[in-house]
Amino acid sequence: METPLTKNIPSNGNAPLDLKAYEKAGGYESLRKSLRMPPNAITELVTKSKLRGRGGAGFSTGMKWSFVPMGKDAPHPKYLVANADEMEPGTFKDRLLLEGDPHQLLEGMIAAAYAIQADIAYIFLRAEYKLAAERLGRAIAEAYERSYLGRNILGSSYSLEMYLHVSAGRYMCGEETGLLNALEGKRANPRSKPPFPPVSGLWGKPTIVQNVETLCNVPHIINNGPEWFIRLGLTADSGTKLYGASGKVKRPGLWELPMGTTIREILIEHAGGMRDGVKLRGLLPGGASTDFLTEQHLDVRMDFREVQKAGSRLGTGTMIVLDDHTCPVGMVWNLEHFFSQESCGWCTPCWSGLNWTERILRAMEEGRGQPQDLEKLEFQTKFNAPGHTFCALAPGAMEPLQSALKYFREDFEQHIREHRCPWK
Amino acid sequence: MLTPEERQEIEAEFPRYPHKQAVCLDAMKIIQRHRGWVSDESLRDLGEILDMTAEELDGVATFYNLVFRRPVGRHVVLICDSVSCWIMGYEKLCQRLTSQLGVDLGGTTADKRFTILPIVCLGTCDHAPAMMVDNDLYRDVEADHIDDVLTNYK
Repeated sequence: METPLTKNIPSNGNAPLDLKAYEKAGGYESLRKSLRMPPNAITELVTKSKLRGRGGAGFSTGMKWSFVPMGKDAPHPKYLVANADEMEPGTFKDRLLLEGDPHQLLEGMIAAAYAIQADIAYIFLRAEYKLAAERLGRAIAEAYERSYLGRNILGSSYSLEMYLHVSAGRYMCGEETGLLNALEGKRANPRSKPPFPPVSGLWGKPTIVQNVETLCNVPHIINNGPEWFIRLGLTADSGTKLYGASGKVKRPGLWELPMGTTIREILIEHAGGMRDGVKLRGLLPGGASTDFLTEQHLDVRMDFREVQKAGSRLGTGTMIVLDDHTCPVGMVWNLEHFFSQESCGWCTPCWSGLNWTERILRAMEEGRGQPQDLEKLEFQTKFNAPGHTFCALAPGAMEPLQSALKYFREDFEQHIREHRCPWK
Repeated sequence: MLTPEERQEIEAEFPRYPHKQAVCLDAMKIIQRHRGWVSDESLRDLGEILDMTAEELDGVATFYNLVFRRPVGRHVVLICDSVSCWIMGYEKLCQRLTSQLGVDLGGTTADKRFTILPIVCLGTCDHAPAMMVDNDLYRDVEADHIDDVLTNYK
């Protein structure tokens, strides 16, 4: 089984390959190859590979790049941004790529930047990833020394500057347009779309924002071709995926597996199943803002389409497991507390709705739940549905809530009936 | 007044962005690195360098979780309260931490040694529960470990 994304990452948490070792392992080959190709040809390759964004939304990467104005009359500077603001609760996949193989990200970024003819690239990193910041800083310096970055890369006519931007912490910074505002030194409120960032992004110039894992796939697609990449996946979606599991499983962790691996294989084979003495009740397949799935969904394949058919989303592919010794209402309260706190306050359904949602759930946990609360929560799931809010934060927040109301309704009712949390 | 050193560090950020206002978050973090927090006076001084009002800067500062607009202790403890850590024992850990230090979340110990703050998911969910002290990450933390961790910070 091929594991292109993690093949160079030391399994013991040791320091990543330095530039020399990375080159020896075939590193930066894709850059040499790219520079011999016209930029549009890279975009075409990536489109053909069917690579879809690994940050959660799953948009076609090549198609996104194709929206960037090209040619002599295109506005400059153009920007490429790696979204390394990993802050979705339960998600810890980009950390591995950033700490374990920083040059792989740089190589992917440079190829992507070349494809859209970007002049400036930023890595937007969350502040808490201290080790990643140190290692990325060193990798960028090494890349400049070897002329992989800077003026006239490897003697070509292409130039690219790259900077590491360390953020100051807010979930909204991971939202594409919130991130753009944050990079401009503003509050990370979302922007209205259109215009979309590929046309008008950072300082009004064409900008591509791409998740870390997405960019890390790019060198391998360029080296091995789109057919190879498509063959890596088990279903209609191509490539490999970093899957993870956290919660009360025997071996919480992260594994690079073919796209479309079943939940059962990830949970049982790789995570070792549930810890002794606890049973599976449900799981959020791809981070905090995805709908619960339950035992009946174990054979669902973890790709974009199949998880959606089961009523949830692949999201970030890192699952959070709920066991029978943990209160589902408490868990949803914890999630809604997060979303309510991280709401930027820009649009009313979100700041108001999430606040009420959190208060109702807290009241239930504290034994103050009322019979009409379930109806109020149902209302919130509709009030904050997609299309009613400025960005995807609140609709995402409603996903675990609406599915918990469906699968764990009896638990909510018991809280209200008994005026207490049965787990306490 | 900003020190010459702070000024120099802030100005060194200018070439990284096409507009100097974009430097404001980096600049506030520089000030915070030197002084522990960002005061009203610091915002006014910074505003002069960046051609921004203190109010504009405050609007930005208060948006971000890790810009401190009040003094903090010598060490900042960030305890993850997101879902995986919650499942794996955040509440017990938090209770031990706050009772040990005698302050609630958001508080600073009387000797100004520690400030404890909740933080969103630290992205190390396979080793929950997790916390950070200053730049150091602690994973698989058990309540009984808290003592050992804290003694490293004077």
